Amino acid sequence: MNPQEIGILIVDDEFSVRDSLCSWFQADGYRVDTAADAAEALQKLQNEQWNIVLLDIKMPGMDGIELQRHIKKISPHIITIIITAFASVDTAIQALKDGAFDYITKPIDPDELSHLVRNAIERMRLLSENLALKERVNELISADEIVGDTLAIKNVVKMIQEVANTDATVMVRGESGTGKELVARAIHKNSNRRYFPMISINCGAYPEGLLESELFGHEKGAFTGAQFARKGKLEMADKGTIFFDEIGDITPKMQMDLLRVIEMKRFYRLGGNKEIGTDFRIISATNRNLEDMAKSGAFREDLYYRLNVFTIYLPALRERKDDIPLLSHYLLKKYALSMTKQFEGFTTKAMEKMSRYHWPGNVRELRNVIERAMVVAKAPMIDEGDLSFPSAAEEEPAPERALLSLKDLEKIHIQKVLESLDWNISRAADVLEIDRVTLYNKIKKYGLRDLEE
Amino acid sequence: MPCIYLMPAGGVGASVLEAVAPAVARTFLLDVQIGPRLADIGFAYDGVRSQYHVSKLLLELIKNPPPDAAKILGVADVDLFLPIFTFVFGQAQLNGLGAIFSAHRLRHEFYGLPPEPVVFAERLRKEAVHELGHAFGLVHCLDPACVMRSSTYVEDVDFKGLEFCYTCRRQLNERLKSR
Repeated sequence: MNPQEIGILIVDDEFSVRDSLCSWFQADGYRVDTAADAAEALQKLQNEQWNIVLLDIKMPGMDGIELQRHIKKISPHIITIIITAFASVDTAIQALKDGAFDYITKPIDPDELSHLVRNAIERMRLLSENLALKERVNELISADEIVGDTLAIKNVVKMIQEVANTDATVMVRGESGTGKELVARAIHKNSNRRYFPMISINCGAYPEGLLESELFGHEKGAFTGAQFARKGKLEMADKGTIFFDEIGDITPKMQMDLLRVIEMKRFYRLGGNKEIGTDFRIISATNRNLEDMAKSGAFREDLYYRLNVFTIYLPALRERKDDIPLLSHYLLKKYALSMTKQFEGFTTKAMEKMSRYHWPGNVRELRNVIERAMVVAKAPMIDEGDLSFPSAAEEEPAPERALLSLKDLEKIHIQKVLESLDWNISRAADVLEIDRVTLYNKIKKYGLRDLEE
Repeated sequence: MPCIYLMPAGGVGASVLEAVAPAVARTFLLDVQIGPRLADIGFAYDGVRSQYHVSKLLLELIKNPPPDAAKILGVADVDLFLPIFTFVFGQAQLNGLGAIFSAHRLRHEFYGLPPEPVVFAERLRKEAVHELGHAFGLVHCLDPACVMRSSTYVEDVDFKGLEFCYTCRRQLNERLKSR
């Protein structure tokens, strides 16, 4: 901070004190002014902006303590430093309780004053930096990423607003690609925990042992390869939010461990003997039918009730097709910015093609289709030919297929994708936009196999 | 031809003035003259504090300035104070006519140490240039080596250099040119 940017007001009834301090601070390059009493000080505080006020505790009329109260009313950010004689240290303590930054006794040691003012300026700088950062965070938060005008999505936004400021555990349900993590982020960003981290963990992506160490952390030497102690995600999420994606994929052992942590908010690192307390809010997400899993015993009922306090259902994109124009324009604008390409919109035919498609991969698929189209299309419009859908059936499912259950449809679709990619699991997982573990689980669940083998 | 006047206040010795004068002339590119001594400084004495009021001394020193005085630097050898401070090394009128400093707290002997004439002379030069720097409109500098760095203890005076940093020198040159 440049000294010229800092305004120091000196309030003292003694001319010599005002004069001495004024010339002292002027030599440091600060903007300085003086006031002989509280009334003059308040007048100057109203007319100009001051960052630091040095005020004498004993003045005729309104004393320093009372003046400080008025100053704090004008702006709580003004730093006040009390000048006092030894005899009135008790009053100085009262001033500190009322929010003074510090007090200094007469006669002042020049070095002490220099340090005090330097510290006050440092605090001012930190405060303004903190406020600026908070503003920046708020700006980022208000950037609304949940786009949609249909009743279904408006309801979701309303629910997010309702639940965000409570500390309730939330479960987000919806198909893959509907934006469950986006909802979790929106809840976190609108909650009181927003200045603390939101830690995401994809439960489906880790084998059991690894998930345990990811969540709880480990001490050095807890297992082969644990060369260093490491904080787990639960510890990292302290004061913030932890987001469990694909919560339906965790093993019974993990379910039990998790239940204990949720209930106690305390845990041990792997190989550790020190109990660690942590304060987090849980948001979980799944596209699996936890109710059926709970009934069949695959998912602990008590954990299910713990996690399912407040549920938000995300509609599939095909259930809110009216949002496709809005969403696609939003995504177009977003990618146009990052790709620095000048796209204006979609041709009518392109829009019709998108509206006809059934979007099994939901918004994530729409995003990928548009991103890809923007690479191949010629600005300023995206045409029908620029859009290519990764899944085989671009049109609405044929009537006989439409009568299939979602489960059967998923089974057929996965089999088809796997076959067309010669059972390359990684590529199939990419196309299906699920991770490999989930794909393996689904292959196992539906008993799929390579027919050519 | 404008020049800088060194005005002895009280019983300050000739050696102090001699140590300061060449450095001042070299730094500010102006002639240096030794002005009349302000012999009686009792008016500025505070019996309770056993110190001399620096502002009173300074005002007296610049009361009747010689017509060719570009700046007046008072040189004292007594303990100086401002009412609010425990002590001061010196004082200057920012961008004004006068400045003053004292040799009193620059001596090793003040701190119970054996005399160090070389260190003492260097401190005298630094304080003289520093206070005159203020009179030429320079404010305290954050560069630890710059002579305009604020120094509240004698160790701070020893730590900084006798020269201006690039920024302060440029500002000073501009001020000197515009005179």
